[in-house]
Amino acid sequence: MSGLKSWREIPIGCKTTSPGSTVRIKTGTWRDFRPVVNWEKCTKCMLCYIYCPDGTIFPESSYVDYDHCKGCGICAKECPVKVITMVEEVI
Amino acid sequence: MKTERLPLPTNYAVAYAAKSCDVDVVAAYPITPQSDIVERIAQFIADGELNAEYIPVESEHSALSACIGASAAGARAFTATCSQGLALMHECLFIASGCRLPIVMCVSCRTLSTPINIHTDYQDSMSSRDCGWVQIYVSSAQEGYDSVIQGYKLAELDEILIPVMVCYDGYVLSHTYEPVIVHSDKDVLAFAPKNVKRVLNPDEPVTLGVFCLPNYEYEFKYQLIDALSKVPNALKIVDKEFGEYFGRSYGLYECYRMDDAEYVLATMGAVASTARVAIDELRQEGLKVGLFRPRLFRPCPSDEWRDILSKFELVTVIDRSISFGSVAGPLLFEILGVFMNERERPMFTNFIAGIGGRDVTVNDIKSMFRRSLEAYREKRSVRSCEYYGVRW
Ligand code: SF4
Ligand code: SF4
Repeated sequence: MSGLKSWREIPIGCKTTSPGSTVRIKTGTWRDFRPVVNWEKCTKCMLCYIYCPDGTIFPESSYVDYDHCKGCGICAKECPVKVITMVEEVI
Repeated sequence: MKTERLPLPTNYAVAYAAKSCDVDVVAAYPITPQSDIVERIAQFIADGELNAEYIPVESEHSALSACIGASAAGARAFTATCSQGLALMHECLFIASGCRLPIVMCVSCRTLSTPINIHTDYQDSMSSRDCGWVQIYVSSAQEGYDSVIQGYKLAELDEILIPVMVCYDGYVLSHTYEPVIVHSDKDVLAFAPKNVKRVLNPDEPVTLGVFCLPNYEYEFKYQLIDALSKVPNALKIVDKEFGEYFGRSYGLYECYRMDDAEYVLATMGAVASTARVAIDELRQEGLKVGLFRPRLFRPCPSDEWRDILSKFELVTVIDRSISFGSVAGPLLFEILGVFMNERERPMFTNFIAGIGGRDVTVNDIKSMFRRSLEAYREKRSVRSCEYYGVRW
């Protein structure tokens, strides 16, 4: 853990002063299943975009932010044309 | 200095203290035997004697959450609860101490369900002892009043910033009228001027209670451990200043007839008051017993406790709460812990008594002490803990 700050150097009371710092914390590794989208068949209805609790699926640019998607499967459940498959993550 | 001597139960006494500390936000949910603390405060606000925001929330979880938000925004926040209410607050207790917010909360201690019972024991507050709050156990209405005022002064110190719980026996103390010396709001505020930092400020935005990974969690927790370690000394100073200002002080613990004592009875709160009488009677029989009443329970002032108790051979500890599945009660364990690295230590006996509001009489205390003394004299090993008075 070298290079990390000591308990004396961090702010009191678990606060951070840099907005948007969550972007730097890659929580995608917590995922058990990954949404894999068949973008060819996607109708760009945007329902997955609206339902995704993490804001990590972007149909317009045919892109999933796998660094932050937690694999909840809501997008797959909501997609009206069923083009999202949840695939188990294997290390 | 303007003072009044009023007949008040502890619940009203602490309400007067909160009013005189000019609390800005009070958020609470009614629960017996706490309710009349916040009812009295609501009355102060309705009568124009206190200018505060009163938030009648839908649960204790929300009560403490509202206080957390208010305190972070720079308000002096107050709440009160007990029993199931304190249990419902449990996760927020850690958030308040983790965010280092100087909230003061009164707990009119009551047992926990089930079975459901509105009477006292310390099951509720003792179950919250590991939440990173300061816990002060008082044994009179006056001490309750004084401890709320001391609590704000202590909690808001720059080097402390830890929430404070003032605990006392429900009904036995919360509803029993005693003469209480009440000071003017002006004098109380002069002693404990507001020093709440405005952590949430639109001009300097921060995220409070951040997400944290294993690489930093421990360091944040250690900050709280370090701040807690400064509490005994800080409270000693606050209490001394309080004494110089108002003429009453308590220290971190009370010692009654300990100077020439051979044996010690250790207990807290209302039982300690009864123990004083029991000790006077035991002394008439020639048994030199003294009382050790911890007032600051968390953080444990370990050096002080060890210095006091190491001189004795027998310490009888009466616990008013059960630590289920453990070998003894919480007070015994806290006291035993301070002797961790000592080869020589007193013999300890432990009695659980006063559960669910059952009376602990002078005779009960004398009988617990006698059983303890008998075991000591016969050099007999005793059961680690005796559930005194339970029917067989
Ligand atoms: S699996 Fe869940 S988190 Fe990931 S993109 Fe779909 S809805 Fe969002
Ligand atoms: S819900 Fe399905 S069809 Fe609609 S945008 Fe998302 S992936 Fe495409």
